[in-house]
Amino acid sequence: MNRNVVISFGFHTLLVIITAMSLPFLAKKPIDLPPIISVELIQITDKTNIPFAPKAKKIIEKIKKKEKKLVSEQAPPKKIKKQKPDAIPLPDEKIEKIKKIKDEKQNPEKVETEIKQISEFEKKELFDTNSIAALIDKSKTESAETNKKLDKVTQNQDKEMDFGGLTLSEEDALKAQIFGCWSIPLGLPFNEDLLVRIKLQLKPDGSIIRTEILDHARMNKPGQGFYKVLAESALRAIKLCQPLRVPSTGYERWKDMQLNFDAREMLEG
Amino acid sequence: MLFRYLVILLILLPIKVFALIEVDITRGNLNPLPVAVSPLAIDKKSKENFKKILKKINLGLEISKIVENNLRQSGLFNPLNKEAFLQKPDIANLKPRFEDWNLIKAQALVTGKVTFVDEKLRVEFRLWDVLAGKEMMALAFTTVPSNWRRVGHIITDKVYERLTGEKGYFDTRIIYISEEGPKTNRIKKLAIMDQDGFNNKFLTLGNELVLTPRFSPTNQMVTYLSYFRNLPRVYLLDIETGMQEVVGDFPGMTFAPRFSPDGKKIIMSFAKDGNSDIYTMDLENRIVERISNHPSIDTSPSYSPDGKYITFNSDRSGYQQIYIMSSNGKNVKRISFGNGLYGTPVWSPRGDLIAFTKLHKGKFYIGVMRTDGTGERLLTENFYQEAPSWSPNGRVLIFYRETKTNSKGEGFSAKLWSIDLTGYNEKMVETETDASDPSWSSLLSN
Repeated sequence: MNRNVVISFGFHTLLVIITAMSLPFLAKKPIDLPPIISVELIQITDKTNIPFAPKAKKIIEKIKKKEKKLVSEQAPPKKIKKQKPDAIPLPDEKIEKIKKIKDEKQNPEKVETEIKQISEFEKKELFDTNSIAALIDKSKTESAETNKKLDKVTQNQDKEMDFGGLTLSEEDALKAQIFGCWSIPLGLPFNEDLLVRIKLQLKPDGSIIRTEILDHARMNKPGQGFYKVLAESALRAIKLCQPLRVPSTGYERWKDMQLNFDAREMLEG
Repeated sequence: MLFRYLVILLILLPIKVFALIEVDITRGNLNPLPVAVSPLAIDKKSKENFKKILKKINLGLEISKIVENNLRQSGLFNPLNKEAFLQKPDIANLKPRFEDWNLIKAQALVTGKVTFVDEKLRVEFRLWDVLAGKEMMALAFTTVPSNWRRVGHIITDKVYERLTGEKGYFDTRIIYISEEGPKTNRIKKLAIMDQDGFNNKFLTLGNELVLTPRFSPTNQMVTYLSYFRNLPRVYLLDIETGMQEVVGDFPGMTFAPRFSPDGKKIIMSFAKDGNSDIYTMDLENRIVERISNHPSIDTSPSYSPDGKYITFNSDRSGYQQIYIMSSNGKNVKRISFGNGLYGTPVWSPRGDLIAFTKLHKGKFYIGVMRTDGTGERLLTENFYQEAPSWSPNGRVLIFYRETKTNSKGEGFSAKLWSIDLTGYNEKMVETETDASDPSWSSLLSN
């Protein structure tokens, strides 16, 4: 009995370890993000206007002298047999070619064209195009991963928004609808507080169940006759507009709503 | 133990918190409000009586037409076509069927009843909020039948005030200079009419040249300038009694006498020793006091509604511009700095704006600016127009406009025009003859 239990325990532990090890977040190495390459776009002109650097000239001359010296110290070069055109050039030949190029660089006119400015894009291409392709591929997979992560985030956000406000587009749609319905009384004194706050209770289709003016006491205060006119105009706008353009989902979050009617902007403008 | 677990569970359970959504509505439309003005209901007996006295077949309908016309002229309301009304006036006055009025898109409804009681006209009217389905106002007036047009204007004032939040300007009169004859030999008479152009009366015969009549802001008195044997005289005229008196003879060129806000003084400009300055005259003791003292030409003074400041135009800067100063003549400050010449400044009855005439590049403009000179707005432009006068609520300006004559000197005319502060609602005010120099009275029913 005990033996069986021990065996079972052992196997289960093994299974747990194997499962844990095979879990993606454990097996996965941290993402090795490529360093950000800053790209500076430079206008390329036909001829460079950078003067030939005197320091560089000196260095080149020094190298030349060294090479000359080396050549003179060495034995005369061997006569190389003519090779077939498709033959692969030997390393020595390569050196000769480089030498030729260097010789050519002594020509100031040619140097001008060689030293012309190039963009960082071109520079990178000169280095290794394959590595860049690899980078792109890598970034593709990584972006897919991050997208997945983002998707998750947006879903969570969506859930959270059920408890938050309206989205910008939902709010804009509602505002645009009420803007069209609200006839602002033009005779209001624009230097007064012209804010009317109305609490609404809505049906799922956007029609009004109940309206409540939050500063109701102000309506009957002496010298606040304009407030009554403003509040009535706001109520008319709500009634004229109903059913309001509310989102088709998330009734719980918008069934109670507060509209703040402020006429100052319109009357001052 | 179980209780503890329950408490912990309750704490850990996700609690849904719904924050109240707030939406800020900062814009609306300035479209005219659709209003239905139902003909006022009238019984058969009253109908017959009014037909005998006023020669009007249906006085209820006539009064409703006055209300409708006033509301339309204001530019803030859109009275709906009576032919679209589904409910009869007598039933609508008892209890409107709001669904019917909602159907024709009316947002407010005016109903009422006219009766003939003890040789008098009794008018009841009610204002309804169609969308809310409730009564907003109910009033009744009793007056002599001949005042029936005024009843229409008073109803409009009440409706206007209830729906816009500011006092109306319909139960008012306009005094102006009636002009007839060729341009070189114009006959000018002092005339008065209701603000809608009805009940026109001539107050002078046209023997003497009359200029710049101005209403008192407190009562139905008018001051104006008239030339008697080529000497300018300032007159006072009581519209109610028709009594007229000479305030005084003044030397040289005298301009635009105007009342102080309390109606106790007259402010004007006249030239003394070749220098035109601003003076006031106390109407009780006739003492003249010099207010401005500057070698330049100071003219067209107008008091602020609180009487603490005076606006006027002066060429002391080299060009004619608008200035303000304290009512004792101190603290003179220039407020207009735009291109062109500014003149005829008039302080709004609300105190927030100054209306003016501007001449720039050969064109005349009527405009308004704040009392510190900021926010200049030109409301209308024309070949020749000037002399703005405010409606008592400070929302509308009345002025006169002259047309160009042709090469033969024909085609000249001068007409009264009104424009509201939006600058869009510009309308010609119908007058029997050509007209100039209008001045708007305060509300008659104050």
